[in-house]
Amino acid sequence: MSTAVIQRTIGLRGYAICLGGIVKRELLKFLNQKERFLSALVRPLIWLFIFAAGFRNTLGVSIIPPYETYVLYEAYVTPGLAVMIQLFAGMQSSLSMVYDREVGSMRVLLTSPFPRWSLLLAKLLAGVIVSVVQVYVFLLIASFWQIDIPPLGYIVALPAFILAGLMLGSIGLLLSSQIKQLENFASVMNFAIFPMFFASSALYPLWRMREASELLYWICLLNPFTHAVELVRFALYLQFYPFAFIVVVAVTLVTFALSALAYDPGRGMLGRRGGLGE
Amino acid sequence: MNGPIMTDHPALEISGLSHRFGARLALDQVSLRVGRGEFTALLGPNGAGKTTLFSIITRLYSNRSGRVSIFGHNLQHEPSAALAEIGVVFQTRTLDLDLTVRQNLAYHASLHGMGGRAATERIEYLLERTGLSSRAKDKVRTLSGGQARRIEIARSLIHAPRLLLLDEATVGLDLASRADIVRIVRNLVRDEGLSVLWATHIFDEVEEDDSVYVLHHGKIIMQGRAGDIAGQAGHVTLADAFRALTEDANQETSR
Repeated sequence: MSTAVIQRTIGLRGYAICLGGIVKRELLKFLNQKERFLSALVRPLIWLFIFAAGFRNTLGVSIIPPYETYVLYEAYVTPGLAVMIQLFAGMQSSLSMVYDREVGSMRVLLTSPFPRWSLLLAKLLAGVIVSVVQVYVFLLIASFWQIDIPPLGYIVALPAFILAGLMLGSIGLLLSSQIKQLENFASVMNFAIFPMFFASSALYPLWRMREASELLYWICLLNPFTHAVELVRFALYLQFYPFAFIVVVAVTLVTFALSALAYDPGRGMLGRRGGLGE
Repeated sequence: MNGPIMTDHPALEISGLSHRFGARLALDQVSLRVGRGEFTALLGPNGAGKTTLFSIITRLYSNRSGRVSIFGHNLQHEPSAALAEIGVVFQTRTLDLDLTVRQNLAYHASLHGMGGRAATERIEYLLERTGLSSRAKDKVRTLSGGQARRIEIARSLIHAPRLLLLDEATVGLDLASRADIVRIVRNLVRDEGLSVLWATHIFDEVEEDDSVYVLHHGKIIMQGRAGDIAGQAGHVTLADAFRALTEDANQETSR
């Protein structure tokens, strides 16, 4: 058998096979976790059907771009809730990295001869694909409500969702490189997910924030989640928002580069801290 | 590269390797060599530094001093070529429990750039070799500990590595499964010329003719043929010799 010809390539085809394998694993794992899918879906639907319905009369949203008429509060929060799904998915995939590290499949991934940044990128893309599937299922259900998104908007928003997913996934990746144990993930929820979601334009327009507090307005403006939401919101209504686009791309590049460094065996923190699963 | 014959590099060569976690010196000037087609045992009690050593050989993190090369490929300068030659069975279980045996193996093949027919055929061959063809469609969760280990060995061999690293591969298994694992690996060495580094603290897995390194508190305190080590200083078995060696070293460090 040692004379058998083993076809393995590190060339372009090899990269494609490797990426395909990582994406397939993520999808298979996702399909095996129906509860996770369900809870990812129920969360924004509760916000939409209960929270937003309740606030409908107290929170009027005036005409601000990209909207051309007054919109219902439900319509306003839908893009934010869709990106919230991605926020949770991004953090959850970072949770799975920490968990993977503990059970060791992260170690297996990292023994691949492909460059480490490409493995992390593949993992990131796999997470984005899973999150985008969840987003569209949510949007489908939400469309039965009075959301009034133009049909073409669903297609135009796809690249925006991919970018938002990449950004949130990169942030999660960076966090995962800094978390050593699974228990610490609860604090990631408290200190990353909730502040990012609430201090953003997902639930209220920024001008309303500004009326309440100038400081809060600036915090929201500095929050990358705000820009992911705005990018998606504009795209759903067939508009392009260059500033949000630039912010999302820049944050993605910086956080991904930092996580690639953190996972680099020579420079990263792993070796100094005792590394994975010691 | 100071080997006598430039083209015939050993499977694994480690020289002057030290590693530090903060103030703790986990590995201290470790040098070790696994010849081609050789079964080499790395003996050491828990906490001796075996897993740290494996983490460095598999490039989980880099060594800051010393050199690691695999079939002549320096791990730091040619990591991709070096990693392609290595198959690993980690101490912790690393299969996805909710995926089937075949899905697990196919995932690993793709991590090495293997897909399509080549991967499928290789997977079927290895399942047969480890005697688990009938379980290919079962979820890993339903396998016994010994069967899961055999799948991990099959997985480590998918990309046809020439060096196999096993970190306490038999830990937590019953006697029969342990014997199975040892037999499978020894057959691979005999039939296919695989080079093996076998980390363990169980002496009866080591045979007289094996090359042995004893690792204790991050240092190689003894090396040689298993039979010779046992014979030294009048010990009857390797276990006696090992106990005496590690006790001596303990006294030295506490002094």
